[in-house]
Amino acid sequence: MFNWISQVFSVTQFSIRSLPQRKGSSAAALLGIAGVVAVMVGVLSIAQGVLKTMQSSAGESSAIVLRSGADSEMMSGLGGEDTRIISEAPGIARNESGPLASPELFVVINLPMRSTGTDANVPLRGVQAPAMAVREGFRMVEGRMFEWGLNEVIVGTGAKQQFAGLEIGSSIEVGQERWPVVGVFDADGGLSESEIWVDAAVLQPAYRRGNSYQAVYAELNSRDAFDQFKDALTSDPRLNVKVMRQSEYYDSQSTTVYNLITGLGTIIAVIMGLGAVFGALNTMYTAVSSRTREIATLRALGFRSGPVVISVVSESLLLAFAGGLIGAGLAWLAFDGYRAATLNWASFSAITFAFDVNIALLAKGIIFAMIIGLIGGLFPAIRAARQPVAQALREL
Amino acid sequence: MKYLYLIFSSLKRKKLRTGLTILSIMVAFILFGYLTAIRQAFDAGVEVAGADRLIVRHKVSIIQLLPQSYEAKIESIDGVDNATHSTWFGGIYQQPTNFFAQMPIVPEELFDMFPEFIVSDEQKAAWLNTRSGVLVGRGLVDRFGWKLGDRIPINANIWRKKDGGRTWEFDLVAIYDGAEKGTDTSQFWIRYDFFDETRAIGAGLVGWYTVRVSDPDKAAEVAAAIDAEFANSAQETKTEPEGAFIQGFANQIGNIGFIIMSIMSAVFFTILLVAGNTMAYTVRERTNELAVLKAIGFTDLGVLGLVLGESFALTFVGGVLGLGLASMLVSLGDPTNGSFPVFYLPGSELLLGFLLIVVMAFIAGIVPALQAQKLQIADALRR
Repeated sequence: MFNWISQVFSVTQFSIRSLPQRKGSSAAALLGIAGVVAVMVGVLSIAQGVLKTMQSSAGESSAIVLRSGADSEMMSGLGGEDTRIISEAPGIARNESGPLASPELFVVINLPMRSTGTDANVPLRGVQAPAMAVREGFRMVEGRMFEWGLNEVIVGTGAKQQFAGLEIGSSIEVGQERWPVVGVFDADGGLSESEIWVDAAVLQPAYRRGNSYQAVYAELNSRDAFDQFKDALTSDPRLNVKVMRQSEYYDSQSTTVYNLITGLGTIIAVIMGLGAVFGALNTMYTAVSSRTREIATLRALGFRSGPVVISVVSESLLLAFAGGLIGAGLAWLAFDGYRAATLNWASFSAITFAFDVNIALLAKGIIFAMIIGLIGGLFPAIRAARQPVAQALREL
Repeated sequence: MKYLYLIFSSLKRKKLRTGLTILSIMVAFILFGYLTAIRQAFDAGVEVAGADRLIVRHKVSIIQLLPQSYEAKIESIDGVDNATHSTWFGGIYQQPTNFFAQMPIVPEELFDMFPEFIVSDEQKAAWLNTRSGVLVGRGLVDRFGWKLGDRIPINANIWRKKDGGRTWEFDLVAIYDGAEKGTDTSQFWIRYDFFDETRAIGAGLVGWYTVRVSDPDKAAEVAAAIDAEFANSAQETKTEPEGAFIQGFANQIGNIGFIIMSIMSAVFFTILLVAGNTMAYTVRERTNELAVLKAIGFTDLGVLGLVLGESFALTFVGGVLGLGLASMLVSLGDPTNGSFPVFYLPGSELLLGFLLIVVMAFIAGIVPALQAQKLQIADALRR
């Protein structure tokens, strides 16, 4: 056994030392694998970024109330009286100024995207005072909060970056009026950062909404208070509402986008991976055939075929690992944190997010590279080990 | 002929290597075809958008409505041939994942404005006679396995009915086919008169207008005239060409064109390395043979042609196989199970694919070919 292991070591060392003699073809295989991994990690990081934005929007004990049958805020509608009843439901946490329940109005406004200059449906949210309290990460980072009752707006950091004309001092055009931007806020990377906020009382007449809202965001006493809260609202004959945990709500909002990108990304990665396997096979067959005599000599000296197979496979795995590392590293350098905007189909409005190249994704990329390397090395290795020694020694 | 024979026999020399190289080139072109179809799906409609059509919508946002009375005003503007309105119905069939667009429209106006929707006269008449009737695209009908005469319930989130209900029932009386491959056949058209008298709120309000101009060259002027007509009113408008409107919408999803271009560049760069490397190997291995060819009278240029020809043969076989497989894959249907309004590979893109084959073959083969051309007989024979 010890002899066998030492054979593996020496043959592997031997083949890896001879790598520099095959620079060209090894580099081609390595770069090929790096390309596949970079594309795969890059595309999947878009899906991860959207998911992360959605997930960081929801606290543990937060809930959202929509009209029954509505799948998003955009499609929902609640009367002013409904929101008052909802605010008084059991289970809602309170602070010194009252219950932590925030009735909100959700519409969109057309603003040009910086990247293309074409219009996007930027979310415009009408809020009341509790809106800041029900969002844990909310804080102003620039300028000031708007004055209640005035035509002033504050914008999320994501919105400011992706859409034109949202700097402090500029203003947005709403019909005949111009609403000045007075502040910028962030929300721990959450969805609100894609939005523009204004006093709900200002937004209602501008969009002819009377005294109506679309959703109530609520902070509950605890995670477990949800069932009590939900039962109270759904059994109330005055209301016709749907109650969800915010985490569930955001999950349902992001599934379409997440599945679409992940699905397409996987198809592309698999097809590209196939191409890289052919490239790696080519390289390793060439490597083996250029060393036919060398390998046969080793076998004639008494080296067994197991160590020969392992040495070829490990050379291929080494190349694949280096390629995977380079590809994953490139993707991380190029894409991590890169901000972009997309359309949330469920609410028909823009969301801004940052590409997220995380550890799990990097590991996935490197594992994928190793699989390519394994397949690319295995068949040539078997061929090397099977060659009859006498015949191989005679070859040129 | 003798060149063809020589190229063929050198490719046969290492069958495995030739096969693997062809396969990797094939993969690159499968991806090219597939990604092109995906990009096409996201840009659906931009290419087939009418050059003579404009879209007029509320200036502040697309979710705000315009009065129906704007139609007559728009039609009275110089250079406007016809105007028709549609509205976003936003209903759900069975479950939210079954997303498709439903829109109320005036049937006669639809036939006039959208000649790319092909409907038999019989079914046209049936739609005109059935108030709760709908005209549905072939793609959508196939997606849900509907047939003429079916009653389709749609759950309306935006538009409650006068009786308070939210479930609208429509009768499938007409099906349209697309005049072109790129025509969107995933739409569901409702009669506006039925919609307007049944909805509880918003009577007389519509989503946007489609306007046909008499002279496409004057489209920009007409658009400006329409916006000027409604400037300083309670509902100001924004008018743009149909193509720009659709493009703007696609841009909201993301810069798909750019992402796909980047992926494609990575793919071709990778495959170029593989193919170029193979060609370099074949030349290096055959230095002796090439020298013999020169010694028996082949010119330098002839040898250059031989190596380039090999590169072309490899790339051509791989590329054509790849493009063929891509068309097959694309014709199997779209990967999202019906979310894309169109999914096909346009002929112009196939042509681009062939161009790429030529370019790739040249780049992969030129360096080794030049090396072969420069070989000195005496030197090479001694190696």
